[in-house]
Parts: sequence; C-alpha cells; structure tokens
Amino acid sequence: MIEALSYDFIQNALIAGILVSIASGIIGSLIVVNRMVFLAGGIAHTSYGGIGIAIFLGIPIFLGASLFAVVSALIIASITLNHRDRVDTFIGLMWAIGMAVGVVFIDLTDGYKGDLMSYLFGSILSVSSNDLYYMALLLISTILIVTLRYREILSVSYDSEYAQLRGINVRFYYTLILILSALTVVVAMKVVGLILVIALLTIPIYIAEKLSDSLYKMMILSGLFSSIFTILGLIVSYIYNVSSGASIILISAFCLSLFLLYQKYIID
Amino acid sequence: MGLIPTQKGIIKTFGEKPQKNLSKIGYVPQNTNININFPIKVIEVVLMGHIGTKRPLFGYAKEEISCAMGSLAQVGMENFAHKKIGELSGGQRQRVMIARALCANPKILILDEPTASIDIDGQRKIYQLLKALNREITIIVVSHDISVILGYANKIVHINKRLIYHKLNQQEKERLNMEGHFCEVELFNILKDNSR
Repeated sequence: MIEALSYDFIQNALIAGILVSIASGIIGSLIVVNRMVFLAGGIAHTSYGGIGIAIFLGIPIFLGASLFAVVSALIIASITLNHRDRVDTFIGLMWAIGMAVGVVFIDLTDGYKGDLMSYLFGSILSVSSNDLYYMALLLISTILIVTLRYREILSVSYDSEYAQLRGINVRFYYTLILILSALTVVVAMKVVGLILVIALLTIPIYIAEKLSDSLYKMMILSGLFSSIFTILGLIVSYIYNVSSGASIILISAFCLSLFLLYQKYIID
Repeated sequence: MGLIPTQKGIIKTFGEKPQKNLSKIGYVPQNTNININFPIKVIEVVLMGHIGTKRPLFGYAKEEISCAMGSLAQVGMENFAHKKIGELSGGQRQRVMIARALCANPKILILDEPTASIDIDGQRKIYQLLKALNREITIIVVSHDISVILGYANKIVHINKRLIYHKLNQQEKERLNMEGHFCEVELFNILKDNSR
C-alpha cells in the first residue's frame, strides 16, 4: 500500500480526490439546502453533450464539458426562475437531449473512443497535473466567492422572498449557485463519473446536515466526510482492484447506513 | 412590498414607489414553516434583516450582532439565539421572524396571518408582543381571525369585494371584551350601523 504512494498517478488521484471532495462538500451543501439535487443531475447529464462535442472537435474535454455545463446551468436557471411550475419537465428534457447529443457526437468521431466510459464511471487514476491546476483553481474561486458573499448566499438559500425584500439580487445569486454547481459537477465527474456524481453531492452532505447548526459548518463537515470517503474508496479500489468511482460511492453509502443506524438506535 | 407587479392601480409607500422604501417596512411572511430543516441558527435568521445596509467584507459587524440580539430581546427570544431554527415551536419561530423584521428599524410592520398555524397560547403572546411594539411603530396585520384581533386593533379595514373602514372606539371594545366570543357577521352589522 505504502509503495503505491510513490506512483505519480496515485498521488495525483489522492490530491484530485481531496480537492474535488472539498469543492463538492461546499457546493453540494448549497445544492442540498436549495433543493437543487435534481437540477444538478440535469446539469451533469446535459454536460455529457459537451464531452461528446469536445471529443469530436478535439478540444480539451474539461473545457468543452465546463462550457456546456455552464450554458445548461444558465438555461436551467432561467427556466426555474421564469417557469416554476414546469421545472421537472424541462430538466428531464435537457437531461435526455444532452446525453443524446453526447452519444451522437462520439459516434461521429473516428478512432479511439475509450474516454466515453471513463466519463460515465470516473477515471480518477488518469488525472493529469493540468487537471489538478484546474481543480485547485475552481476550489479556490469557490471558497472565495462563498466566503465573501456568504450572507447573501445564505439569505437567498434560506428565504429568497425575504432576501429580495432586503434588496438582494436573488436571480443573480441563484444563477451563481447553479454555475458553481455546474463547474463542480464537471470536475466531480472526473472522480466518480457522471452516473455517480449525484451520490457524491448528496451522501456526505446529508450526514453533515444532520450534524450542523449552520450552513458553513455543514460545508466544512461535508468536505471532510467527502474527503474521508474518497480516500477510503481509493484504498478499497486499490486493494481489491475494483473501479474507484463505484468504491467511493459504496463506502459513502456504507457510512451513511452506519450513521442512520447510529441516529436511530443510539441518539433516540 | 414590490414583489409582485401591480395589475391595476398604484401602490405607494411614504409617497414613493414601494421599492424605494423597503428598509422602512418590516415584513413578516405568513408561512414561517419554510425550510425548517435548514441548518441555520436563530441569530443568523435575525441578522438577515440587516442585509442591504452597510456590511463588513465578511462575517457580521459587532453592532449588527448586538442589534440583532436587541431585536430578539424585544420579542423575548434572546435565550434562543444559538438554537437551530428547526428546534423552535411555531410561535417561537413567528417571534423570531418579527425580530428579523424589527432588526432594520422599520416605521411600519406588516404581518400576514401571524397566528395562522399557532396554538391559542402562542397567539396570545404574539398579540401581546405586537400591542407592546405598537407603542412605537405602526403595525398592519392581515388576519382572518377577526374575533381575536379585534381585542388588540384600533382600526380595521374589512375587504370583501368592497372596502369598509372602521375606527374602533373604546366603548365598542369594552363591549366586545364583555361578550367574549361573538358571531362575526353580527359584529359587522353593529360596526356598519355605527359607521353610517
């Protein structure tokens, strides 16, 4: 196990895992308290279209997926702000169309298509140092934005109507939260894959929410739990030679069950 | 309050557009049971009342916190400042929302059905609190619960297709208190006769 740490790709995987865990802890908390889990799922699947187009055009996949995810976040923001009663229908539509666009563009691409699976199920072991810079940059910007605008974000998340009465630009902050979610979803995809990204954005956060009495504590705890689950998942995946993304999620789910049992039988 | 665009007519507060005078109006929404599981402390909810005014780069200024504690003390909730909002009862949460509105030092306090989902004892406490606050600020309460509110209000605007305005004088109030519970239809007949 220890000698594994001397490999570059294992080191990168660990660093990426921790960076993404902290980012998804912060953003996941916002997604959960704003009840945007379904929206985040929509963004994740829609951004698959971006991956397909990026592979087809030969541009960096992170860039393609991020751009596509941000555009879909903007569309979802405008739908949720203007057509509240039809949100689920529109998200479902975008979910499917994004996936279809991705599949078609990957079909149109000649040659190697190995990356397809890696984006569905994650490929944390193939993280490059460029990927790490991008993840670090995203994490730092997220922390900065959330710290400097904590009051507004808290206010909009807790009671958006009242926030508007206090002169806060609710639409702006709502869209901002969705854009940050979109960017985080894309990097989290690298770690656990598109299909499992929702689990990473909900399981550690659910546990943290139960243990927190304020939003920032919830964010810190989520980041912490998420990092622990990711590292444990990587160790399990190394020892038993199974897929890393799925290991991380199963470890998280296992810890969640322990937590729920603890809550049910020990606290009550 | 400027949240919903007017379909007809004009709404003015202090002689201007409502959006211009948001800080002079404290608003307590009808449903205080939203987001009960949200991880937020009572004091943080009250501090939201400040937003829109001057603020430090991050966190809350000392004056803001002491002002928020002051508002909580006004509504008798200062001992709950560091409780999670979901741990309070409906009536306590309502008082916290009143504290949040008071935090901005409003000239008018508007409450929408403040006692809609609260038990009798909680209702009484809220109305006593409003009565006390009423010595300093104007309070407008929207309510269906006519029999209770009549004991505390000094003016009534009754809207049922057309608008009827009553000033309650002391004599009428005393009579209401004596009779205890009464039929609301009867009551409006009495008031109508008086205002003619």
